[in-house]
Amino acid sequence: MLELRGITLTYDAADHPDGSRPTTVLDGIDLTVSDGELVVLAGPTGVGKSTLLGVVAGLVPSYTGGTLTGDVLLDGVSIIERPARERAHAIGYVGQNPAAWFVTDTVEEELAFGMEQLGLPATTMRRRVEETLDLLGIAELRYRDLRTLSGGQQQRVAIGAVLTVHPRLLVLDEPTSALDPTAAEDVLATLTRLVHDLGVSVLVAEHRLERVVPFADRLCLLGGDPARPGTVRVGDPAEVLRDAPIAPPIVELGRLAGWEPLPLTVRDARRQAPELTARLGGPPHRERPASAEPIVEVRRLVLAHGRTPVLREVDLALSPGTVTALMGRNGAGKSTLLWALQGRHEAGSGTVRVVGADPSSLRPEERRSTTGLVPQSPADLLYLETVAAECAAADLSAGADPGACRGLLERLAPGIDPDHHPRDLSEGQRLALAVAIVLTARPPVLLLDEPTRGLDYPAKRALAGLLRELAREPGARRAVLVATHDVEFVAQVADDLVVLAEGEVVSAGPVARGVSESPAFAPQVTKVLGAGWLGVDDVAERLAAGSAGVTP
Amino acid sequence: MRLARDLHPVAWWTWAVGLAVAASCTTNPLLLLVLLGVITLVVLTCRSDQPWARSFRLYVWLGVVVIAVRILFRILLGGDVPGQVLFTLPAIPLPDWAAGISLLGPFTREELLAAAYEGLRLATLLIAVGAANALANPKRLMKSLPPALYEIGTAMTVAISVVPQLADSARRVRAAQQLRGGPQGRFRRLRGVRRLLVPILEDSFDRSLALAAGMDARGYGRTGELTAAQRRGTGALIIAGLLGVCVGVYAFLDSTAPRILALPMLAVGTLVALGGFALAGRRVQRTRYRPDRWRLPEIVVAASGIAAGAGMWGVWRWDPQVAHPGVLVVPEVTLPALAAALVAVLPVWAAPLPVTAQRREEALA
Repeated sequence: MLELRGITLTYDAADHPDGSRPTTVLDGIDLTVSDGELVVLAGPTGVGKSTLLGVVAGLVPSYTGGTLTGDVLLDGVSIIERPARERAHAIGYVGQNPAAWFVTDTVEEELAFGMEQLGLPATTMRRRVEETLDLLGIAELRYRDLRTLSGGQQQRVAIGAVLTVHPRLLVLDEPTSALDPTAAEDVLATLTRLVHDLGVSVLVAEHRLERVVPFADRLCLLGGDPARPGTVRVGDPAEVLRDAPIAPPIVELGRLAGWEPLPLTVRDARRQAPELTARLGGPPHRERPASAEPIVEVRRLVLAHGRTPVLREVDLALSPGTVTALMGRNGAGKSTLLWALQGRHEAGSGTVRVVGADPSSLRPEERRSTTGLVPQSPADLLYLETVAAECAAADLSAGADPGACRGLLERLAPGIDPDHHPRDLSEGQRLALAVAIVLTARPPVLLLDEPTRGLDYPAKRALAGLLRELAREPGARRAVLVATHDVEFVAQVADDLVVLAEGEVVSAGPVARGVSESPAFAPQVTKVLGAGWLGVDDVAERLAAGSAGVTP
Repeated sequence: MRLARDLHPVAWWTWAVGLAVAASCTTNPLLLLVLLGVITLVVLTCRSDQPWARSFRLYVWLGVVVIAVRILFRILLGGDVPGQVLFTLPAIPLPDWAAGISLLGPFTREELLAAAYEGLRLATLLIAVGAANALANPKRLMKSLPPALYEIGTAMTVAISVVPQLADSARRVRAAQQLRGGPQGRFRRLRGVRRLLVPILEDSFDRSLALAAGMDARGYGRTGELTAAQRRGTGALIIAGLLGVCVGVYAFLDSTAPRILALPMLAVGTLVALGGFALAGRRVQRTRYRPDRWRLPEIVVAASGIAAGAGMWGVWRWDPQVAHPGVLVVPEVTLPALAAALVAVLPVWAAPLPVTAQRREEALA
């Protein structure tokens, strides 16, 4: 149905920030998507996945610059010359940050906007709006102002807004990156249903492959070849993932255990698991830091935005040396809790104690010396022209050694050109920069709001390692709190898990217990090997220890 | 039972423009204060809880600034107006070529009053526009335009909605920037401003680009099956028509121009332009989801605004002493003038209840 032939996109020297040489982002890409097929586009951070999707939708190069060669065919007809608006009836595109894309005010109008442009009759519009509201489970949001929706709700509205047009191909850029595990499963289930029932084709870029790979018909790996990063490899997911630089935990587990064929779903893996479980023995015991006086203490905290209570009598204690993960549905109050610890929100009632003081009574510079927070939109922190300047400013204001921030950044997202403008970085790279800037100050309390959006597996692993190291730093007395939806990341990074629901703490305790209690929060390795096993690293460690024990 | 719903945005704009006309017809401070009171009352009772509804405060502040600036300039540049001197500042002598302009010097009560009246009139005008912005949903306004103007309308409403978005992102960026150490050194303040401005501006540029891309990807501005020749034809028709209208208006106002260019030209031009719009509108294959309709409340609201404007114009025309009392006597208010100002308060009862989150939730429950 859709065919890309030799798509090549280059930025001229003039377009390119360092102005020296033309850069090839996409390099002779051939890809076909047939009717009713779900193709997943994967690749490391910043490799050009969004750009490729933009080419399909018709937004690249008109909105980004660059020179595009090759051809895009829809049902055999070349559409490369047609602007995005003339493709809207057939190709529905949902961008990475849906909130920036909304044209209207309310959910209902947003769903209707695309149909209005196509000139559908009013009765059809009413019917399709109702159908789509039900399909995505957002009927109770219909009159809501789009800006008051939580991230997951916005994402579903954005998908619904293109679905109402009944496009033949859906192009989605990280549709589940901002969603909690359950909402993500809902969205993916919706997509599969569309593929199966309506014959819609789907092309979806995603970092969290563990979520989408089980549904994928084919996988398109962009940037898998370090020598020519602009090329793709397309094929059966199991085949492509065999040696891909990015792979979901279950595939890594399969590689480690030498399973054949490579499992893509938890179900496949479980069938092959007994042999491995026997080899591994009992689950590992994750070492916990010696319990100490908590550095952050929240007691019966009530906080309201206007008249709506967001946090209801929340209790929380963070002890030094631990990384705590904060999970919960979209809109459960995670961000609000973080900002309350930072001191921006004053407690309605209850107490907040951070390093012995109420943060909302402190001056900004005092807050900074006790807490560091990476906000949800990391770009808000950045204001200088180059990455190098941002890093230097961070070093200066934190009083750190020159190069400290740069070093952190290099660990998180290696290979960023220091002369790039921060706005030219990919979403993931920009996040890495913001994280590095905040981490440079090495505050005793570190708060991160959704730090894994747009990060690939190596970057997430690096971030997890860095956070654990910061928490464990000898003599530092530091606590880290991470609000995230990414269960795999939680399994990698956290000691404790706190789950919020509707502003209340529903569970708090060690992460191994927390994630094995509920299937929604369980990482893939736990699902395969049972409670206690959190990540591939645990398995690798045990296997290494086991073989070391046998060899001598 | 009055159902909560949005009033047609054009009705609110008509009302506001009527009030703006009313305000521009008078410098009587009492009448202007009555108008201000009316505007404020209507905004406070009829606005919804949407983001643009909060922009009213901004316009009120703008009004205050206008009055203050007006008075300051009078103090700076006034002088030489006879009257009761309030205070005298040392006059700065200017060279001969700047004769007629005096800096500082004595400041009289009459000057103060004149500046305040003028400032008040301008402020009322601004606040009337602000009221329309706060009351009418700017994005629904674009839906009320004739199809031929749809695209221009969208561009304009997106431009209007920049202000509340800027306020939003300013709040977010300020909070975020507090997380980062500030710049040090002598130009700390200056660089502090830059820290705020750069992300906010970048954010708004990004947002505009993203919005444009989003609208494009969703089919905004489709031309469909139209050929280039058809498109040129419609364009030519509209431009020719508008030119005709311009010539007609000029000839109508300039009594020395040939009469054939006046009313006939105006009529022909209007017809041609309307034809162009109709053609352009026909080619637009666009439909509307739940269009706003004109019902009784809309008519009453719009009429009350027009009545206020017309009434105040009448006062200015036939009772100039009331409309422009001057600075030497105590301003007076007559019953017709007061009625003209007060008629605009009708929307408080006539407009449907504003739609708020609470009402919506009650409706859903």
